[in-house]
Amino acid sequence: MGMIEGFGIQGLQMLLVVALAPGLTGLVRRIKARLMRRRGASILQPYRDIARLMRKEVVLAENASWLFRAAPYLIFAATWVAAALVPTFATGLQFSWTADLIALVALLGSARFFLALAALDVGTGFGGLGASREMMFASMAEPAMLLTVFVIALVAGSTQLSTVVQAFSGPTVGLRVSLGMAAIALIIVAIAENGRIPVDNPSTHLELTMVHEAMVLEYSGRHLAMIELAAALKLLLYVSLIACLFAPWGIAREGDGPAALAFGALAYVGKLAVGGSALAAFEISVAKMRIFRVPSFLGFALMLGLLGTLLLFVSRTL
Amino acid sequence: MLEISAAAALGLLLLSLTAAFLGGRGAGPIYALAILPCLVAGGAGLGVLGGAPVGALTLPLGLPWIGAHLRLDSLSAFFLVLIGLGGAAASLYAVGYGRHEEDPARVVPFYPGFLGAMMVVVLADDAFTFLVAWEVMSLLSWALVMAHHRAIEVRAAGYLYLVMAAMGTMALILAFGLLAGTSGDYSFAAIRAAHHSVAASVAIAALVLIGAGSKAGLAPFHLWLPRAHSVAPSHVSALMSGVMTKVAIYAFLRVTFGLIDPLPWWTSPALILIGAGTAVLGIVNANVASETKRILAYSTIENVGVIFTAIGLAQAFAADGLHMAAALALSAALFHAFNHMAFKSLLFMGAGAVLNATGRRDLDGLGGLIHRMPVTAFLMLVGVMAISALPPLNGFASEWMVFQSVLASPALTQLGLQIIVPAAAGLLALAAALAAAAFVRFYGLGFLGRPRSAAAGEAREVDRFMLAAMALLAALCALAGLMPALVLDRLAPVTQALVGGHLPQQLAQPWLTLVPVSAARGSYNPLLVFVFIALAASAAAWVVHRLGTRATRRGPAWDCGFPETSPLTQYGAGSFAQPLRQVLGGTLLAVREEVDMPPPGDARPARHRVIQHDLIWERAYLPVADAVQRVATSANRLQFLSIRRYLALVLASLVSLLVVLSLWG
Repeated sequence: MGMIEGFGIQGLQMLLVVALAPGLTGLVRRIKARLMRRRGASILQPYRDIARLMRKEVVLAENASWLFRAAPYLIFAATWVAAALVPTFATGLQFSWTADLIALVALLGSARFFLALAALDVGTGFGGLGASREMMFASMAEPAMLLTVFVIALVAGSTQLSTVVQAFSGPTVGLRVSLGMAAIALIIVAIAENGRIPVDNPSTHLELTMVHEAMVLEYSGRHLAMIELAAALKLLLYVSLIACLFAPWGIAREGDGPAALAFGALAYVGKLAVGGSALAAFEISVAKMRIFRVPSFLGFALMLGLLGTLLLFVSRTL
Repeated sequence: MLEISAAAALGLLLLSLTAAFLGGRGAGPIYALAILPCLVAGGAGLGVLGGAPVGALTLPLGLPWIGAHLRLDSLSAFFLVLIGLGGAAASLYAVGYGRHEEDPARVVPFYPGFLGAMMVVVLADDAFTFLVAWEVMSLLSWALVMAHHRAIEVRAAGYLYLVMAAMGTMALILAFGLLAGTSGDYSFAAIRAAHHSVAASVAIAALVLIGAGSKAGLAPFHLWLPRAHSVAPSHVSALMSGVMTKVAIYAFLRVTFGLIDPLPWWTSPALILIGAGTAVLGIVNANVASETKRILAYSTIENVGVIFTAIGLAQAFAADGLHMAAALALSAALFHAFNHMAFKSLLFMGAGAVLNATGRRDLDGLGGLIHRMPVTAFLMLVGVMAISALPPLNGFASEWMVFQSVLASPALTQLGLQIIVPAAAGLLALAAALAAAAFVRFYGLGFLGRPRSAAAGEAREVDRFMLAAMALLAALCALAGLMPALVLDRLAPVTQALVGGHLPQQLAQPWLTLVPVSAARGSYNPLLVFVFIALAASAAAWVVHRLGTRATRRGPAWDCGFPETSPLTQYGAGSFAQPLRQVLGGTLLAVREEVDMPPPGDARPARHRVIQHDLIWERAYLPVADAVQRVATSANRLQFLSIRRYLALVLASLVSLLVVLSLWG
């Protein structure tokens, strides 16, 4: 593949993820509303929200520091770079070798780190509440995700996402117990990391049950727009990651022509729609759990990841 | 090169004598003078890593029939660089920090000698020189810990440190006794040439693990560390945590990878488990501790655990003949040791700056320092990002390499390792996530939010020397993070000497990418990650400001409509730790929470109390201390005997020794 073409696909992918992310959030909200027999807002509503927030004045708390103002852009940038590394419609992206799966986990960790710091910056009770709970969840979810990464890397023989996807879409991998465990663990981590029911409720208005929302209570205007966009991107990232690892059908391979790329893009949008609908259906069928139930929920993912890794250490074929 | 570094160490020891003569006067110039030998020694170390010949030297010092053997090979050189860099930064910091010392005569004379003794430890080439330098290092650091000896907690910490240091040195003496065997030649050259049986090698390794591990803070010998490191003057804390723990790691590497025959594979699972367990134990404690320097000391224990895990992996790979993988794991361990020197020294200096500006080290008395001490706050942000293993800083680069070496370990054939390594990987992943939580708490409560005490609200930025030292270390963190090749390529001679393999040259990789094995296996390019994040953030800011609005207004905090003015309504050290304490503390810390709720109508305030235990202290240390106390009390009777009975005792012991000797022969 030529350099120019590689850059083109990489750039296209970066724009694509930002463009699609609010749509996915809108889709999930819409389907949830329909399943609850409400009309629900248009799928385009998140776009409108972000555009409106960007034009609104920012009201900063009196003692907010520069960290509070810089954090939204850093959070967005870290999430965006992470999302750009996940193959969506094509593998063999120009810059896929800059960061592997471990670095991807760490990039999401950086975004969370700054979000938690920003929550503590103004010095309100809710900010601290959100930050301490978020870090507690993360201390379970991140190792679970890393162990899932180990399972995937051991099966594919690489931590490089493009290489992994090419290996997984080939005939050699097949069905494996360890990969099944990794898939379940990754889905649990995705639910927790995106603050979805049953871990956290993204549409809650009750402060004491908030985690993510409690951290961003002090944000307004363009800063809030960045944070909302980053949250949408993160959801898209996890859906794309699960799709490209466990449903790598239709992804264009390195050096494929425009027809394959177009088909890949179409398949990708289809996968997003399926993933979003599944999430919405799951969310309306369970209740939110108590906060101290969450560690056992995430501990289950951690154990699955550990078991998967152990299986692969003992036998390469499991 | 060896002569230069020996001269540097000697210069530091002489500086100590001068300072003792001056009795605490002229602290500033003495600290400033200590910078030079550190830089010289570090430069000499770099020279050897860059290809200068290995030097050896025998000085007519010490025991008359042995002399003092010194040698500067690649392993010594790497650690000499660590000591040089850490020592130079700490000395520069001390030029400013030392001015506020209440009793400089208790700090200044010991400080240069402590640095010099650490250098002699890594240069020593015979057991006698090594042990003398080790003991001098221990005693001088003990004296430095005791600087503020009027506080009872300092005396308690100093006593515990002294006991643990004595135990560690005893283990090392026994280890060297076994190493020298019956021939009694204590020079490392003779020890290297001698053959040791497997049983002897394992015993030696275990003794060195106790001796060096207790100095490095390996569980269960770690308890003195958070106590002693947190009460020492801050530049000394930085040296003890950042540098002295590395000298201990040097001792372990020197003996197990150089002096004895390669260990059998079944010793490595123990090492890996001890390391990973130490990492989790340390960081869980860091998450519930409430004093800044104590949190940092507990995090040192975590990082030492990570380093020992990687060393254990290297040992397992080397035992199986996988030299490339062993080189990867050992490079990861050494790189992490280097990184930990940089960011932990930086963080201790920052904690010292805060202590200096506010007089407080409890998180519940800090807050809002980002406004009052902007430069310190920024440099500390770099430090906490590095230690939380966030890309693109150095902590992540070495952590990434540790994980890559874990991923290489299915090649190990033994079932024991195949079960232990994934478990250790899980523990390491847990420790990494918990470290981020601990440092969000550390930074968020210490530097962000509103001041929780008057002292924090009136803090002033510290002086230029302290800021310059911290800025240098922060730059080192960024440099080693963005261009890990600069450090990793220097490690090649060390890993070649220790495990017979080295990583491919990293500087030669395209775009300075970090490629430990092959590009297909995994690569990471911190420089590009940094550029991408910077570009993405500025592009986002540009678009938002261009298409949206720049309008900004300041107003009171929203806080859901009920902003509370008291800073005590913010989350504090105890409340931030509560979720994790509840999740992890049950088994590890035996945490119990008690709520005392007065009945309706009673006007007394409700109280919440957290009771937590240090199980290792209570179950392992206190019983031993009690037993020693009992034995000592009963032996106390011997103090009040008559001269006749003493003579009878002497005779009895003489006879029994003679009997033993006759039976032995």
